[in-house]
Amino acid sequence: MPKRANETPAGARATRDRLCARIAEHTARLDADRFPADGPVSLMEVCGTHTVAIHRAGLRGLLPARLRLVSGPGCPVCVTPQSYVDALIDLAQRPGVRVATYGDMVRVPGRETTLERVQGDGARVSVIYGVMDALKLARDRTDEQIVFAGVGFETTAPTTAVAVKLARSAQLGNFTVLGAHKLIIPAMTALLEGGEVRIDGFLCPGHVSVVIGADAYRPVASRFARPCVVAGFEPLEMLDAIERILRQLAGGRAEAENAYAKVVSAEGNRAAWAAIEEVFEPADTPWRGLGTIPASGLALREAFADLDAARRFGVRVTDQEDARGCRCGDVIRGLIEPPECPLFAKVCTPVNPVGPCMVSREGNCQAHYKYARS
Amino acid sequence: MCLAVAGKLIDRSDNDGVVDVRGNRVRARLDVVPEVEVGDHVLLHAGFAITVISADEAAATDQAFEELERAEESERNAGRRPGDA
Repeated sequence: MPKRANETPAGARATRDRLCARIAEHTARLDADRFPADGPVSLMEVCGTHTVAIHRAGLRGLLPARLRLVSGPGCPVCVTPQSYVDALIDLAQRPGVRVATYGDMVRVPGRETTLERVQGDGARVSVIYGVMDALKLARDRTDEQIVFAGVGFETTAPTTAVAVKLARSAQLGNFTVLGAHKLIIPAMTALLEGGEVRIDGFLCPGHVSVVIGADAYRPVASRFARPCVVAGFEPLEMLDAIERILRQLAGGRAEAENAYAKVVSAEGNRAAWAAIEEVFEPADTPWRGLGTIPASGLALREAFADLDAARRFGVRVTDQEDARGCRCGDVIRGLIEPPECPLFAKVCTPVNPVGPCMVSREGNCQAHYKYARS
Repeated sequence: MCLAVAGKLIDRSDNDGVVDVRGNRVRARLDVVPEVEVGDHVLLHAGFAITVISADEAAATDQAFEELERAEESERNAGRRPGDA
């Protein structure tokens, strides 16, 4: 079992060694028809926090050489399309409009510039820690229109949903949301349907699963015959989840399994999901690198259309991109590792990022830059 | 961005709570944890409690958070190369 707070370092090392030995044993007895001995076994994580935690803990170095950990579309800033950034920049430059956004978004390049740069030229941008800060801005600055950049997966979407309901009940006329909330399971499905990248199992996101529940991965596991195991964020918790995936693969099983049951329930947080469903409905949504995926995002329901910034200000978000050599799209799909991008660590660094995967602390490129660069 | 931290609910007024996060008092909305009671441990994300957790899990999350802080501090002290974040 994963290390708990009261476990000794020696105990944690023993647990680590035992898990690694089991992973090696399972990998060695995989069915040779499906997994040729010289071929890779590829597990994808779809959570930016996992991406960083895997790099920081050096987990890749503990695993059998043929077992690959591939980072997928799990960083919300990274998967937000360029045209969304351009829409925020457009809005922030309009008279009387202020964009309220989580910090990483201000440094993501649009086609020509960033929110941070236009802020330096007088555009109105506020970096906030949560949507309640945006509501407070709307209450305090009644002479401004506050546009909240609603970015994030299912973990964050309930907070936006609650704020929309509060704005409605308080009759705040100067608060809107430019929505970019995304759903992880349609993205996992799109990757498997696309078949571009080998995925033999998924390490499923811990905090997204707090909301959607561990059972939400059952359809993916059964339809595509891929184990889906919800993982915590400590190194031993991630190793535990990897061991469970390998055990399933070695046993010819493909199930949704919960390796983070202390935090994640089978059914998820029903109150959070109810808030999402009251305010949002599934919508075809553009993703950076993945194009537009059917029903993969959340759009405000018609009853809340007056709180939709896209409608109020007439902006449009598409999946059109002007990448200029940046291969974030391929990184997000798991097609390449960050160092395979010609810009990585040369033109594109955390200080001067060209693409969102280098901007975000949860981006695969920044994680590689900080922890895996030789 | 889906990062969450653990804390203990020490006060509440309707859906506005005060959570002790490693000695800091943090305001948190409680809208999506209707079952929460003062004294419970919760996971906080973007200013909202998103689930109730055990005291054991809260301690483990705290420990992971401390390790993260130590790692980041040692990165800061490591004399980074030009261009690092």
